[in-house]
Amino acid sequence: MKLRVLVTLKSGVLDPQGEAIRHALGALGFDGVNGVRQGKMIELDLAEEDPAQAEARAREMCEKLLANTVIESYTIEPA
Amino acid sequence: MKAAIITFPGSNCDRDLAVAFEAAGAQVMRVWHKDTALPEGTDIVGIPGGFSFGDYLRCGAIAARSPIARAITDFAGQGGHVLGICNGFQVLIEMGLLPGALLRNASLKYVCRTVGLRVETTDSAFTAAYAQGNEIRVPIAHHDGNYMANPETLAQLNGEGRVAFRYLDNPNGSSEGIAGILSQNRRVLGMMPHPERALSGLHGSADGKRLFDGLMGAFAPA
Repeated sequence: MKLRVLVTLKSGVLDPQGEAIRHALGALGFDGVNGVRQGKMIELDLAEEDPAQAEARAREMCEKLLANTVIESYTIEPA
Repeated sequence: MKAAIITFPGSNCDRDLAVAFEAAGAQVMRVWHKDTALPEGTDIVGIPGGFSFGDYLRCGAIAARSPIARAITDFAGQGGHVLGICNGFQVLIEMGLLPGALLRNASLKYVCRTVGLRVETTDSAFTAAYAQGNEIRVPIAHHDGNYMANPETLAQLNGEGRVAFRYLDNPNGSSEGIAGILSQNRRVLGMMPHPERALSGLHGSADGKRLFDGLMGAFAPA
């Protein structure tokens, strides 16, 4: 089954790229953007068909490689 | 002293680092990332700067999971010396041999210039040839050198005297101006500045040379 992993900087960690995007949005006239956080999306196509097993597997991948849990958090959802 | 210099796809300071070790009198052995063991008799591992694996996923993340990484972890675990410069520092952090993280520079800009550093401790083989408080000039060249750690880790690094170098004028937003840190046993050093690019007056500074001289002194036969 396919899973989507979203990796973003933890809320307390300064995200200078998100800030730069927020400034650029302001320059384009988009008012009222209070904050922008940017991250990455990783789509996994796993042989595992059982949703719970697949998610457990993806979680292990996040802990070992896909996210740096010192600074990043992740969420896993069906793709 | 036998130095093993690791090359990953995308490393670009591996030769410079080899030259720096050789200039100090070390015997250099070049090691490929797919190797699974370090050469017999390795005294120190050098992880060079560059853009290993194109900085894919996160700087240093893929290199830190390469076959040679396990051998380096074992080597460090047995008390071996490891020097990681620039991308090498990022790799050491991704391997978990040093705490914290290196984020995108606060300015979002790639910074490439010679900066001032203060030597914060001489209590390591890497910094033994300097004097405490020495102000030295060493080049930096990075986009992701903004050192970050939680308050407890920063307090621990400070309390144990494990900050090796601090920037005189913080170029990248690093917490407390940290430019390089030591492991708990003081045998693993990660630093963003490039001492191998400051070996002689022709480089604009010879201040990096003392790092390699200090290492030679530490490994000199008694």
